[in-house]
Amino acid sequence: MTTVTDPPQGSFRLSMLINDTRYRSYTFQFIALALLIAFMAYLGMNLVRNLAAAGLNISFGFLGEPAGYDINQRPIEYDSQSTHFRAAAVGILNTLIVAFLACVTATIFGVIAGVLRLSNNWVIRKLMSFYVEIFRNIPVLIWIIIIFSIMTVSMPAPRAFRGENPDSSMLFDMFAFTNRGVYTPKPVLDGAAGWIVIAVFIASVIGIFAYRRYATKKLYATGQLLPTFWPSIAMFFVPTILVYFILGRPITLDYPSLQGFNFQGGIQLRGSLIALWFALAIYTGAFIAENVRAGIQAISKGQTEAAASLGLRPGRIMNLVILPQALRVIIPPLISQYLNITKNSSLAIAVGYMDVTATLGGITLNQTGRAIEAILLLMLFYLTISLLISAVMNVYNNSVKLKER
Amino acid sequence: MAVVLCAAPLTPEAFKQSLGALRGRDPLIHYTVYRDGKKIDRPLGVTTQEEVKMKKTAFYGALAVAGLAASTASAATLDDVRERGVLNCGVTTGLVGFASPDANGVWDGFDVGVCRAVAAAVLGDPEAVEFVPTTGKTRFTALASGEIDMLARNTTWTFSRDVDLKFEFVGINYYDGQGFMVPRDLGVSSAKDLDGATVCIQTGTTTELNLADYFRANNISYEPVPIETNAEAQQQYLAGACDVYTTDASGLAATRASFENPGDHVLLPEIVSKEPLGPLVRHGDNDWGDIVRWTLNALIAAEELGVTSANIEELAAAPTGNPEVNRLLGTEGELGAMLGLEADWAKNAIAAGGNYGELFEKNIGENTPIGLARGLNAQWTDGGLLYSPPFR
Repeated sequence: MTTVTDPPQGSFRLSMLINDTRYRSYTFQFIALALLIAFMAYLGMNLVRNLAAAGLNISFGFLGEPAGYDINQRPIEYDSQSTHFRAAAVGILNTLIVAFLACVTATIFGVIAGVLRLSNNWVIRKLMSFYVEIFRNIPVLIWIIIIFSIMTVSMPAPRAFRGENPDSSMLFDMFAFTNRGVYTPKPVLDGAAGWIVIAVFIASVIGIFAYRRYATKKLYATGQLLPTFWPSIAMFFVPTILVYFILGRPITLDYPSLQGFNFQGGIQLRGSLIALWFALAIYTGAFIAENVRAGIQAISKGQTEAAASLGLRPGRIMNLVILPQALRVIIPPLISQYLNITKNSSLAIAVGYMDVTATLGGITLNQTGRAIEAILLLMLFYLTISLLISAVMNVYNNSVKLKER
Repeated sequence: MAVVLCAAPLTPEAFKQSLGALRGRDPLIHYTVYRDGKKIDRPLGVTTQEEVKMKKTAFYGALAVAGLAASTASAATLDDVRERGVLNCGVTTGLVGFASPDANGVWDGFDVGVCRAVAAAVLGDPEAVEFVPTTGKTRFTALASGEIDMLARNTTWTFSRDVDLKFEFVGINYYDGQGFMVPRDLGVSSAKDLDGATVCIQTGTTTELNLADYFRANNISYEPVPIETNAEAQQQYLAGACDVYTTDASGLAATRASFENPGDHVLLPEIVSKEPLGPLVRHGDNDWGDIVRWTLNALIAAEELGVTSANIEELAAAPTGNPEVNRLLGTEGELGAMLGLEADWAKNAIAAGGNYGELFEKNIGENTPIGLARGLNAQWTDGGLLYSPPFR
């Protein structure tokens, strides 16, 4: 007979912090944490002390002073008399613009290339692996410069559009491709009627989603497959166009035209923006293509075969069976790629795109000499924006990941 | 992204100077030891208490987080240069006439001439110069971090650079102003006609601010295209990606001279700013500042006194009738020793590339492709602004 007795619950002794395995790990973790905090505090103290000794201080007062320089791409109102803070804000918006455009485009490139890389067609398959291997193995900075240089050298200058018999002419009289950028028509809203058209358009897009949802529900409930493609197309175009003409065409286009030195009117996509956007998109797209391929290949072939034996066509197999499962594998590395795009956009200065690194971390830093403050702010900005992207993408990831029931 | 947390007991002076140093470079740490202002001679291998402290400094300095070049710029730049045997001189990345490497990779130009003169004065050899190309953005970092001993890179002397960035401008070797260059077929004759034009500018320079001020004062608009180096700006301008290129007028003339058809481009008459260009050194080493300052003054004074590279050997051989020439060339007085240099320092400096006038004529003068007139840069006796303080 054995009697199981609990080990004696002796009172806690200090020596147990070292000798008792239950507490030892806490002890070491606590020591490590304390040392880390002490080290950081030492660095911080030292910075403050040295700055004080040098007669300098950490002050963000410069943010309120006039910047004195101009910025070409201004999403918000800005002139040389605006503050350094506003210049930084313009830079932040420019960073966000290029990051957003590049994320969207890179995803499209990546998904297409990733799926096509698994194509049964030899030419397409090889073409896509060529794309992936070429673009991800050359540094993105080189791509930015290559695209920018090609644009500068190969596209005509605005003055080539001038004269009786110009060397270049605009595409459909709407688009001008110059080495300063691409000019496109700009929609101009004519009062409230214009907004009504936009509202109708948004409502019809929502309607399309609602209809598709209804169709899926019906499919699951009754097995009856409603057509979705043509109704969607009709809902997309018909109401908006009808309202547009009923209200007397309240949206007009402002066409770019050559006036003085440059094209005026319309929307100008500057060469620097295009180069940066396109370079980031094709470069990161190559990585995303690999993520997509990995995601698809992670789904066992049995799934495809099972779906095929149920009579699904290849397109539906991909859309209904493979991709929804593959997304679970694709999303987490995709988050990293989005973060990379945002951070790589700081290479903008190579082509003179005025992102936050070029305004706050470049000209402002140079003109005020406030290096520490400017860099701290930059770090804060990139950290915040990266964490935000990460948070949003993780929410999405939670919605597609395997639900354990 | 560089993190600017500087660990440790760097001296305040050194810290101040490394503030701008965001481009990571190896920390240059010097062990020159001073006690009560006197240099301590120490046998090799013997470690004094101060040195232990210095080594700790070196260690902590190396800890400087992620990329800040933690440099303790030693107070004695002169000793460093002598020990190294080479003067590290910051110049442009390439501006014909002012500083550019020739076909054999040998640097030549007006600013290069100043570097060579200082090297000749300090080391006795005008070839003992390591030229470090810098951009408008990197130049101050390079100087503050101790990577270069002096900067001779058509840099404008301004209040904030002198006071706030902690540099010492030792003089002016070119009185310049900001101008505009446009293609001739644009048909523009005045900068006031540039409303709506696209303007290429070098970023991180005073031109950026002058440009904004000028266009605002004249109530006209423009689109800035920020560019890092002169070469890139040239490429953009020639491709027509910008209508106008603006920088210092001398730089424009030099850039235009390197074009295939210089005649197709015109400089507009407006000069929109004062740009006194000169060599500069770090704050805090006044002895070194004196050496660079008086080398420049020696070149200017030599022209005024008629000392040229042709007659210098003859004039320096024996005392002449002019006491100031004698003092300058070291045949009379102890001016060299006061600077801590040899007696013939100025003679070497002048012999390196000639006096100021010779340097000007050879590199950027009217008989060169750049073709700049002396203008404000003539001697005060000829109605210009060059006026060297007396050697006495």
